Amino acid sequence: MSESRGAAHVEHHREGFIRHYIFSLDHKMIGRQFLFAGLFMLVIGGLLAMMVRWQLGFPGTPLPLTGLVPDEFWENQNWLPSMRAGVVSSEVYNMLFTMHATIMIFFVVMPIMVGGFGNFLIPISIGANDMAFPVLNMLSFWTAVPAVILMILSFFVPGGAAGGGWTSYAPLSAVSKYAQTGGEWGVHLWCISLFILGFSSLMGSINYITTLINMRAPGMTWFRLPLVIWSLFIVAVLLLLALPVLTSALAMLLFDRMFGTHFFIPEGGGEPLLWQHLFWFFGHPEVYILVLPAMGITSEILPVFVRKPIFGYRAMVFSMIAIAFLSWVVWGHHMFQSGMNPALGTAFMLTTMFIAVPSAIKTFNWLGTLWGGKITFPSPMLFSLGFVSLFTIGGLSGIFMASTPVDIFIHDTYYIVAHIHYVVAGIIFGVFAGLYFWFPKIFGRMMNERLGKIHFWLTFLFFNLTFFPMHFLGVGGHMRRIYNPMDYKFLEPFYGMNTFITVAALCLGASQIFFVINFIWSLFAGPRATENPWRANTLEWDAPSPPPHGNFLTPPVVYRGPYEFSSPEVEEDWLPQSRRLEITAGGGGH
Amino acid sequence: MLNMLRWLPDGYGGVSSYAGDIDAVFRFIYWLTFAIFWLVTILMVVFLYRYHYREGDTRRATYTHGNTALELIWTIIPAIVFVGIWFVSKTTWADIKGQSPPPDVEVRITAKQFGWTFAYPGPDRLFDTTDDKTDKELNVPVNKVVRVHLRSDDVIHSFFVPSFRLKQDAVPGREIQVWFKATKPGRYELPCAELCGPGHSGMVGWVNVYSEAEYQKWIQKLWQPS
Repeated sequence: MSESRGAAHVEHHREGFIRHYIFSLDHKMIGRQFLFAGLFMLVIGGLLAMMVRWQLGFPGTPLPLTGLVPDEFWENQNWLPSMRAGVVSSEVYNMLFTMHATIMIFFVVMPIMVGGFGNFLIPISIGANDMAFPVLNMLSFWTAVPAVILMILSFFVPGGAAGGGWTSYAPLSAVSKYAQTGGEWGVHLWCISLFILGFSSLMGSINYITTLINMRAPGMTWFRLPLVIWSLFIVAVLLLLALPVLTSALAMLLFDRMFGTHFFIPEGGGEPLLWQHLFWFFGHPEVYILVLPAMGITSEILPVFVRKPIFGYRAMVFSMIAIAFLSWVVWGHHMFQSGMNPALGTAFMLTTMFIAVPSAIKTFNWLGTLWGGKITFPSPMLFSLGFVSLFTIGGLSGIFMASTPVDIFIHDTYYIVAHIHYVVAGIIFGVFAGLYFWFPKIFGRMMNERLGKIHFWLTFLFFNLTFFPMHFLGVGGHMRRIYNPMDYKFLEPFYGMNTFITVAALCLGASQIFFVINFIWSLFAGPRATENPWRANTLEWDAPSPPPHGNFLTPPVVYRGPYEFSSPEVEEDWLPQSRRLEITAGGGGH
Repeated sequence: MLNMLRWLPDGYGGVSSYAGDIDAVFRFIYWLTFAIFWLVTILMVVFLYRYHYREGDTRRATYTHGNTALELIWTIIPAIVFVGIWFVSKTTWADIKGQSPPPDVEVRITAKQFGWTFAYPGPDRLFDTTDDKTDKELNVPVNKVVRVHLRSDDVIHSFFVPSFRLKQDAVPGREIQVWFKATKPGRYELPCAELCGPGHSGMVGWVNVYSEAEYQKWIQKLWQPS
C-alpha cells in the first residue's frame, strides 16, 4: 500500500466525464463535491433561519412573497399543516428551527469543513498523491447524497419535517402523537437520514486517519504538520468515536417510534434522560468537531498574512489534543436542569471550566502571532480575525452557562442561542476564510478582493447586530424555541428588540449575495491564479493551481515546519517546507 | 447600556430568597468576562494597528516561535480563574438544587401538553388523600419555603419562574423536587421552558404570592365545605 508514496504518480491519463466529475476517486474532486453540497445546503439552512426570524420579529404576518401564491395552494397541502395564507404556524415554526439547526450542523459545517477542506487539504498538505482509500472516499460522498435527499424530502411528507428540535428530546421525538404534526414520517426520515450520514462520516474519518499516519512525505514529521491538518486529524478521531454513539441512539429512537420498543419511553420502563446522555455524549465532541477545523484554518491563515511563525506551535497542538480529551467528559453541562443528580452537575461544571483553558491558550497564541508582525488585510485574513473575535465572545459567554447557578436561570433562554451562534455560526467565518484563502488552489482562479472586503464588513456588522442583542433577551428570561414572544407578558420590553434582530438577520442574509456573486464570477472569470499567490509555505502551494490528479509534478520532501516566515536563513520573508537549503543539507538528521 | 443585568426580570436580585445569590454569581462572571473581552479586543486592535504593513514598509516581522514563560502564564492564570468561578458557583448551586430546607408548604405540580396543574395536599399535609385539592394557579405564601413535587404526564416540560430565577425540567416517569421562597407578594408568570410540542409557546401558568392574610383567605375559599 505504501508504494504509492515514493512513486512518481504524475502521468495524465484522460478520464471520462463520469469518472472525473461524478464518481471521482480524486480527493480534490471529492472535496469540491462536498463543498458544493455544503454551500447548496447553506442556502436552504439560511432561508429557514430567515423564516424563523420573520415569525419572531413580525408574529402572525404572512411571509414575504407568499402573497404571490394563490389561496387555494394553502388549502390543499397536507405537508404544511395549518399554514394559512403564508403565515407561519406553530407547527411549521418548530419544523423551521429544527431543520435550520440540523442542516447547518450536519449538512453545512460538517460537509464543508470535514468533507470539503478535509478531503482537499489532507493529502496535498502532507505531500501525498491521494487518500489511502480512494474508493472508500468516493463512497463516503455518495453515502452522504441519499442522506441529503432524504432530509430534503422530509419537508414534503404529510405533516412536514421533524419539529422536535435538532436535539430531538424523547419522549417528544419518540412518540409520534406528542409532536402532533399530522404525520410521523418527518421524524422517521430525520432519523434515517442522520443514520446514513453517520456511515459517510465514519468512512471519511477512517480514510483521513489512515492517510495521515501512513502517507506523509519524507521529512513530514508530526510536528511539521500544518495546524489545519492537525485539527482535521483530531476531528477525524473524534468523528470515529462520537458518530457511532449518535448512530446507535438514532437506531434506538427509530425502534421506539416504529417497532414498539421503550428505550426512552417511561410507560414501558424506558428512561427519557438516557436519550439526553447518549445525544450529548455525542453532541459535545460534535461541537468541537465543528469548531476545531475553523481554529485550524485560522492558525493557518494568520501566519501567512502576519509574515511570522505561528506563536506557540506546540501549545496550539497540545491545546487541541486537550480539547479532544476533555470533550468526552463535559456532556453533562447540557443537562444541569434535566433532573440529573445535582452532585453530577458540580462535577461537570469543573470539567467544563477546565475545557475553557485550552480555548484561552489558543486565543492568546493568536494574539501572540499578531505581535511584531507585518500585517496585511486581504479577505482571508479579515475573516480569520473575525473568527477570533467572535470566538472570544462565544467562548466567554459559555462561562455563564458553565456556572450551574447562573445556568438555572439562562438555560433554555436566548442566552444559549446567542452563545451557540457566536461559536457555531462564527465557524462560518472560518469557512469563508478558508474559501477565500484556498479558492486559488481549489479552482485555479483568484476571487475578487473588493467584493470580499465588502462581504466581510457587512457580514461582521450584521452578525453582531443579530446575535449580540440575543444576550439581552436571555438576561430578560426570553425562552428559546417559542413561536410567539407576545404570548408572554414579562417579555413585553423585548418586542421591539425582536423586530430589530429580525431586520439585522435579514440584512445578514442579504449580505451573502456579495459572496455568491464573487464565488460564481470568480469560478468562471476570475484571474488565473499562480502556484503560490499568498507566498505561503505549506506543500499544497508547491502544486500547480489547480493541482492535477496525483497532485505534484515531483514528489515533495519536507525540510522544516510549516510557518517559517521572515526566517533569518533566507532573504525572502518566506521559506517553503519543501525548499532545500544548502546549509541545512549538510546537517542531515532531519 | 454597559450593564446588561438591568434586563433581569423584576430587576437585579429578583423576588426569591436565592435569586440574589444567582444574580451575584451572574454579575461576578459578567464583569470578569467583560474585562477579559476588552483586554483581548484592545490588544488585538493595538497589534493590528501597530504592526500593519504600510506603503514602503521595509522592516521584517519578528522571527519568533513563542515563549514558554508566556505560555505558562496564560495557561495557569485562566486555570486559576476558572476554578475560582467553579468554587464561587458550587455553593449557590448546592443551596438551590441540593437538599431543600424543611418546607412550610408543599405542592405537586403536574405538567401536561400544554398546561400546568397544581395539587395541594390539604390540612393533613399528605398527597393522595381525600382532602387534596387542585387549582389552575400556583398559590403560595410570601416568605415561606415551598417544596414543589414536579411531575410530567407526557413529554419533558420545564418549570420556569423567571422572577424567582428557578428552572427545573419535569420528566415523565419521575418526580423531581425543587424549592423556593418568594420574597415579594405579586403575580408572576410561569412559562414552560423546554420545547414540548406545537403548543409549547403560550404554555404559561401563574404564581400568586400572597401575604399571610391573603393566603389564609385563599385556603378558606378552597377548602370550604361546598
